[in-house]
Amino acid sequence: MATATAVQAQKRKTTIHASDRVARVVVLIFAATVLMIAVILVFELWNGSAGSRHKMGWSFLTSSNWNPVTEQFGALPFIYGTIVTSILALLISVPLSLGAAIFLSELAPAGISNPLTFLVELLAAIPSVIYGLLAIFTLVPLVRSYIGPFLKATLGFLPFFQGPSYGVGYLTAGMILAIMIFPFIISVSRESLLAVPREQREAALALGATKWESTWQVVVPYAKLGITGSVFLALARALGETMAVTMVIGNDPAIHTSLLAPGAAIAAVIANEFSEATGPVYPAALVELGLVLFCLTIVMNGMARLMIIATTRKGSKRA
Amino acid sequence: MLRLRWRKLVNSIMLGLTGVCTLITVSALFLILGYLIYNGGKSLDWNFFTKLPVPAGETGGGMANAIVGTIQIVGIAALIGLPIGFMAGIYLSEFEDRMLAPLVRYTADLLNGVPSIIVGILAWTLVVVPMRHFSAIAGSIALSIMLIPIVTRQTEQFLREVPMSLREAALALGATKWKMIATVVVPAGSKGILTGMILGVARIAGETAPLLFTALNNQYWGGLNQPTSTMPYMVYFRAISPFDDWHRQAWAAGLVLIAIVLIANILARLVLARGISLPRT
Repeated sequence: MATATAVQAQKRKTTIHASDRVARVVVLIFAATVLMIAVILVFELWNGSAGSRHKMGWSFLTSSNWNPVTEQFGALPFIYGTIVTSILALLISVPLSLGAAIFLSELAPAGISNPLTFLVELLAAIPSVIYGLLAIFTLVPLVRSYIGPFLKATLGFLPFFQGPSYGVGYLTAGMILAIMIFPFIISVSRESLLAVPREQREAALALGATKWESTWQVVVPYAKLGITGSVFLALARALGETMAVTMVIGNDPAIHTSLLAPGAAIAAVIANEFSEATGPVYPAALVELGLVLFCLTIVMNGMARLMIIATTRKGSKRA
Repeated sequence: MLRLRWRKLVNSIMLGLTGVCTLITVSALFLILGYLIYNGGKSLDWNFFTKLPVPAGETGGGMANAIVGTIQIVGIAALIGLPIGFMAGIYLSEFEDRMLAPLVRYTADLLNGVPSIIVGILAWTLVVVPMRHFSAIAGSIALSIMLIPIVTRQTEQFLREVPMSLREAALALGATKWKMIATVVVPAGSKGILTGMILGVARIAGETAPLLFTALNNQYWGGLNQPTSTMPYMVYFRAISPFDDWHRQAWAAGLVLIAIVLIANILARLVLARGISLPRT
């Protein structure tokens, strides 16, 4: 046994030319660059936030007092804003996107479904600053004059829809984010739905289910994991989205219950204040915000990937 | 019987609603494009491409410097990012090790999901802090950090689609491994790889967040070693200003930017990548 492997190893050694070994080392160096970037990224975020971590400790995450002048840095309003806008975006986007994904996978023939999916995926190619530009000049006036007053008139008894409607704020940011995450939910959900075996549909229909019942009670539950994965993927995008949110959230570092009020988000405050941050602690506090955002998106992305891998392996693609 | 009619009613209502959802989501694209073309088209003129910006309050002027700045910063980012991503992609597809390759692959995916503003922070600590000033090269490095994982994963996926029989044929003819890769595998996957590269560059060309505290902005022509204005930054900077004439320019810049990005996308996906299924970035 031992001699057999030794002979094999000997054979392999002679067949690998010296040039191949050089080629291998060369590409390995480039591949290592990818690893290096990640290591440096984590190191710099940790190292760069040291000043703030030492000064603020855990109160950085729990205090809502953000005052660069007195060097008090509490990140809670930003974490709150990021989470609220992202959840709002999901609330608006998930039903619409899931409906569209069902239509594109179950109802539309491939000749219609593929071009429409292509168009939806183009939404992902639009730079986020363009979304911000459109949001400033269309969504903000719309929310200020129509949507805000309407929500106050109908749902004003809830604490979420009270106070003046400025136009900029959590709601506007959530709405633009909702549009931005359409393509992520739709294309991944559609793929998960397409991966559901045809027999599942046929069995449901043969039992007398209507098309909708077969879709909603059999196909969608079967693809549940992939759909959830797509939602987490979209959530990760929404959490880290910078430009569009910065342009419409209002940048008020405070916590408001009303969704119509201006707020702030992690990425937005970094974008706004980083280039002007001076002193020993201020830039470090912004880097620490970056670290918090990094952790949030890594967790969401990791979960999304696991779920998507699990579903696309489970089923076979529909022809 | 009543129950069946009810079920059929629910069936048609819900199926109809999914159609409405599709209509809403797809129409978002057309609304965005239409509004941008309408406003941008009104604002776009020859000065936009040839003149420098004028001080706030004055009307007129253009963004010649931002256009050149974008080409410069994105060009250098592509020069840095494309080769590294390409080679790393070859490693993942052709030299797969059991230990290192999955790690590199996972890391590339992780980097793909990192918010672009954080990449900006990284480039700031790596380049701006040691140099003590904002510069175009810092912006390029930020964008190349975004580009590398995109190109790595796309190159890998397209090379994997090259049939194993081609590799075996090359090896059977006595080619060494690197010769097989260079003359058989890469050419076979070249269309897809090129598509991936174009899409990657189009993606970083529209990025603003990584440039906010790396390349920043400049009223005049920038340089490698100086703060430099870019189109995405100008869209942001002009849009949040209080001046009408600056808003007009934001629309014009937005239109030019989206035209570049979408044309690159459509060309790459429809013409180059006909019949190739694109991996998602």
